[in-house]
Amino acid sequence: MELLNIFVKAIFIENMVFAYFLGMCSYLAVSKTVKTSFGLGVAVIFVLGITVPVNYLLENYVLQEGALSWLGSGFETVDLRFLSFIMFIAVIASMVQLVEMIIEKFSPTLYTSLGIFLPLIAVNCAILGGSLFMQERSYANIGEATVFGLGSGVGWLLAIVGIAAIREKIRYSNVPAPLRGLGITFIVTGLMGIAFMSFMGIKL
Amino acid sequence: MSSDKEPLFSAKNLKLITTPIGPQNPITIQVLGICSALAVTAKLEPSIVMSLSVVFVMVFANLIISLLRNTIPSRIRIIVQLVVVASLVILVDQILKAYAYDVSRQLSVFVGLIITNCIIMGRLEAFALGNKAWPSILDGAGNAAGYGIILIIVGFVRELFGSGTLSFPGFGTFQVIPQAFYDLGYVNNGFMILPPMALVVVGIIIWIQRSRDKSLIESH
Repeated sequence: MELLNIFVKAIFIENMVFAYFLGMCSYLAVSKTVKTSFGLGVAVIFVLGITVPVNYLLENYVLQEGALSWLGSGFETVDLRFLSFIMFIAVIASMVQLVEMIIEKFSPTLYTSLGIFLPLIAVNCAILGGSLFMQERSYANIGEATVFGLGSGVGWLLAIVGIAAIREKIRYSNVPAPLRGLGITFIVTGLMGIAFMSFMGIKL
Repeated sequence: MSSDKEPLFSAKNLKLITTPIGPQNPITIQVLGICSALAVTAKLEPSIVMSLSVVFVMVFANLIISLLRNTIPSRIRIIVQLVVVASLVILVDQILKAYAYDVSRQLSVFVGLIITNCIIMGRLEAFALGNKAWPSILDGAGNAAGYGIILIIVGFVRELFGSGTLSFPGFGTFQVIPQAFYDLGYVNNGFMILPPMALVVVGIIIWIQRSRDKSLIESH
């Protein structure tokens, strides 16, 4: 039940895009058609689902104060949290590389549809943001962290597919010239964010 | 070395600073670095601190990468860039935690997210890897300033209309809307503090900028 709560919360109430503006760069750049944005969304779910638990282990067994106590009694007071940014980004960059190689080997069709997006994802703020939120909220166990990662990914997918669908249709409407393209996308995203805020009252 | 004779602030070099502030603004035109930009702008103070942090990281990252540009193998350049940027961001984060703990709490994860700020990676890739140190510093400063200006405008508008105050780092918060207005029934627009309004404010800035400069209008 706890896991389901975290999942739903990550998708709707604490949506990566609408509540925290994470991953906005690729959200704005790749949301011209539904098909490609769906591909990118799936890749984000995939990478978040892997990097958040890996970083969770790193945080709890290497970085936190006292986390190194499994090495021996001399390490109990070591606090490496100041290294967390560099460790997280290294994990993300190498995981993305690894995932890319594995997919290429085992599923060439998935690779051709996701392939171009995977390198982009290493610098997607939503991925690093997922790990940093995981660190800030200190989830109880690795299950919760994984579910949080997957949920954030699904929320991101929902957002990018939604805006892509709207942008496909907006072409047929008469937007004021200076607002065309970027401007209207910002304002529509703001409106979608307001709609998503209706979930905020829900206590889980 | 022709640039030895070139004055430090020649017209060409000054242009590196001025174009990203106006017609090539990283946020409103190039659509870079929006990720960490919008969430911190509910108040003016964190917006200013965030802008300064980005200026610092950007200038030094551009400088370091530019100095290293001939020694970095191109296959692993992304990871080298990430490491340089991440180390600078750790510096900023530790300094903020030590000297401005409240602001550091408000910015929460967004200081860390400077690492994945697309402006920084974008400028490193596009400029610092192919240019000498001094132009790279100017380019970094210009782009970070362009980013900071939008951040500060958004923070100013949101705090003014959302809370009726303005806060500056080191000086505290000032009440700007006079008390008499509230006595007459003026109410703060609480909507401005909510995250979606940051997007709408940026949308309006884009609208204004593009109505003034028609060449920026997109076809769709």
